[in-house]
Amino acid sequence: MKSRALVAACVLTVAALWAGVVIAANADGSGDPTAAKNQDGKYYDKQGTPTYSIKPDGTVDWYTYSGYRRYSSECLRCHGPDGAGSSYAPDLTNSLKTVSYTDFLGVVAGGKKDVNTANDLVMPSFGVDRNVMCYIDDIYIYLRARADGALGRGRPAKHEEKPTAAQKWENSCMGPA
Amino acid sequence: MRCMSLTIGTLVGAVAVLVGGFSYAQDDLAKMSQNPNQWVMPAKNYANTRYSQLKQINTSNVGKLQVAWTFSTGVLRGHEGAPLVVGDVMYLSTPFPNIVYALDLSHDGKILWKYEPKQDPSVIPVMCCDTVNRGVAYADGKIFLHQADDKLVALDAKTGKEVWTAVNGDPKRGQTGTSAPLVVKDKVLVGTSGGEFGVQCSLAAYDINSGKLAWRAYSEGPDDQILVDPEKTTQFGKPVGQNSSLKTWQGDQWKIGGGCTWGWISYDPELNLVYYGSGNPSTWNPTQRPGDNKWSMTIWARNPDTGVAKWVYQMTPHDEWDYDGVNEMILTDQRINGRERKLLTHFDRNGLGYTLDRATGELLVAAKYDPKVNWTSGVDMDKNSPNYGRPTVVQRYSTQAGGEDHNTTGICPAALGSKDEQPAAYSPETQLFYVPTNHVCMDYEPFRVSYTAGQPYVGATLSMYPPPGDSNMGNFIAWDNKTGKIVWSDPELFSVWSGALATAGGVVFYGTLEGYLKAVDAKTGKELYRFKTPSGIIGNVMTYQHAGKQYVAVLSGVGGWAGIGLAAGLTDPHAGLGAVGGYAALSNYTALGGQLTVFAVP
Repeated sequence: MKSRALVAACVLTVAALWAGVVIAANADGSGDPTAAKNQDGKYYDKQGTPTYSIKPDGTVDWYTYSGYRRYSSECLRCHGPDGAGSSYAPDLTNSLKTVSYTDFLGVVAGGKKDVNTANDLVMPSFGVDRNVMCYIDDIYIYLRARADGALGRGRPAKHEEKPTAAQKWENSCMGPA
Repeated sequence: MRCMSLTIGTLVGAVAVLVGGFSYAQDDLAKMSQNPNQWVMPAKNYANTRYSQLKQINTSNVGKLQVAWTFSTGVLRGHEGAPLVVGDVMYLSTPFPNIVYALDLSHDGKILWKYEPKQDPSVIPVMCCDTVNRGVAYADGKIFLHQADDKLVALDAKTGKEVWTAVNGDPKRGQTGTSAPLVVKDKVLVGTSGGEFGVQCSLAAYDINSGKLAWRAYSEGPDDQILVDPEKTTQFGKPVGQNSSLKTWQGDQWKIGGGCTWGWISYDPELNLVYYGSGNPSTWNPTQRPGDNKWSMTIWARNPDTGVAKWVYQMTPHDEWDYDGVNEMILTDQRINGRERKLLTHFDRNGLGYTLDRATGELLVAAKYDPKVNWTSGVDMDKNSPNYGRPTVVQRYSTQAGGEDHNTTGICPAALGSKDEQPAAYSPETQLFYVPTNHVCMDYEPFRVSYTAGQPYVGATLSMYPPPGDSNMGNFIAWDNKTGKIVWSDPELFSVWSGALATAGGVVFYGTLEGYLKAVDAKTGKELYRFKTPSGIIGNVMTYQHAGKQYVAVLSGVGGWAGIGLAAGLTDPHAGLGAVGGYAALSNYTALGGQLTVFAVP
């Protein structure tokens, strides 16, 4: 039940965002990534799309850091270290230059197939995978920073404290330990 | 009555014919594997030595090696494994969609038949780390293919027509097929992949004639599922006792416990035992699965007729690093400490080279085959110690001690191990093992994950880089299994992810990730020949003789975990900002493409 509810919630989110977002042509697939708002330690651009915040000394926001960890656990196995692509799956630091937040959510939740004579690329649907969907914004924010060139390869050296809101969301989404 | 007696009579007759057929088939296969002209099983012989008695190509002429013919497989993904040669025919399988080709060696590899199974492409992303297939098996006029979707198929070797199909597992639950089967007597043995999807993995045996399941032995679970006899199955010569696996897991966690079985299988006909390794326990977060997690990370010796285990040895109890124990077991008869013994040598992902007595499972040698291995100070070899046979974990490299959300740094080797599936070779002339190795360390941060059937179940973040001070990510080494010492070591820019071949010509062959086929002197490691094939090599080198001429063959086609991990180049998170991206990127050396290259001295 819980899994199904999660998919439903995700599809709703995607639908709602489809209706509301105007995609700008600059910066990356979701427009200008500059953080315009900080809500409980999570940053949003002026369109309301989740984004990163990186201080001059390299300190990243919690979600960028968390996204690095979750990416490395859930996505690296196909897309390679640091979103940089592999012999098996595309370079996401390139893909996210044109893929918008909403399209990103749609592909991760629903999967993608490109099977023909030249390709056998198949991405599974992660819509029922809590290890991915509970952290989907984190992963997006991390990859957005990588695609924009705002964040280099490897583990971010310094990060902001884990916000209470992030812990609350994690507990409600992942279920009891 | 009459009817019944007739039936019984007919049955007895049929059984007699079948039994006759079986014994012919098995004798045939064992005998065929001794013929140096052919290569009838994945590792050349049941002992998995990957040693050929052919010596037309030798240290004095290997420098003149040239390409004799080539064959494009038409598939782009990572090409592991090696072709078989049976009579005048070469059989090879590709990554997903798992095409099998029968090539006519008398006509430069003309296609005799091609088999392409219909598989649901949704299996592709369930395969951890690329859609590889490590080759087919042959016996009794049939070719056995272990498909990506975990079906086992028997094909008529003459026509490529399906004889039977057996469903071994369900990709929707994360079970997939990548490994090469092995035929022992009248059974074909096959393992399962899915350690990163929380699969309870098993080794299964199917009747070669009917495809009917004969037995299935899980790596963890109740005694009747793991086919362990509490009184007779031993570890270190002592019975393992009741519930030896269940006692070492919390609650029902064994049901999603991993312990996958996708490595190579070997067989000793005299002892009538098959040997293989079980992989990492799921998840990669050790805190989430307290206990020794038996029998993951274990060397198994099983009776191939019943599946029942004779002995076990768990190398890495309660794994904290993903040191998957699936690597091959190489069987040799050697003199050690003044005594002739039947030995088993195994190069584990955990960086230790083990030598055991394969009749009893007695541990004789456990030594680091890469000097940079640091997670353990060594294995307790004191037979009277309560920790006998256990590795002593160095606290600062324990990801369990660090706990969830703690990044443990500088662990050597990395999760891909000092060696992964790429099999080593053994030459009885030098009594040395030729081992393709990885020379990579890692940071490892475990964290909480939840299990969903058919979804990844990983629970750790890794970053990988060469050991401090080194820039080579691999070595090709010669190893003395009696003393546990490296005899020589050739550094390689990238991990060596190709299976080695040893020959009576005194030449050892292996491939590199850039795509070179290399020949080196078995005694010294001196390079004698190299040729750059069209793509990176993760296949295993093999040799055969046809119409009086010796050939060496290897599959190119970069991919697998090597292609994923190394494509963009490794970065050292501790080297400071300037050095990031400082290591060679595989994508600057090679691109995808499956091809067989066959060499000969003109």
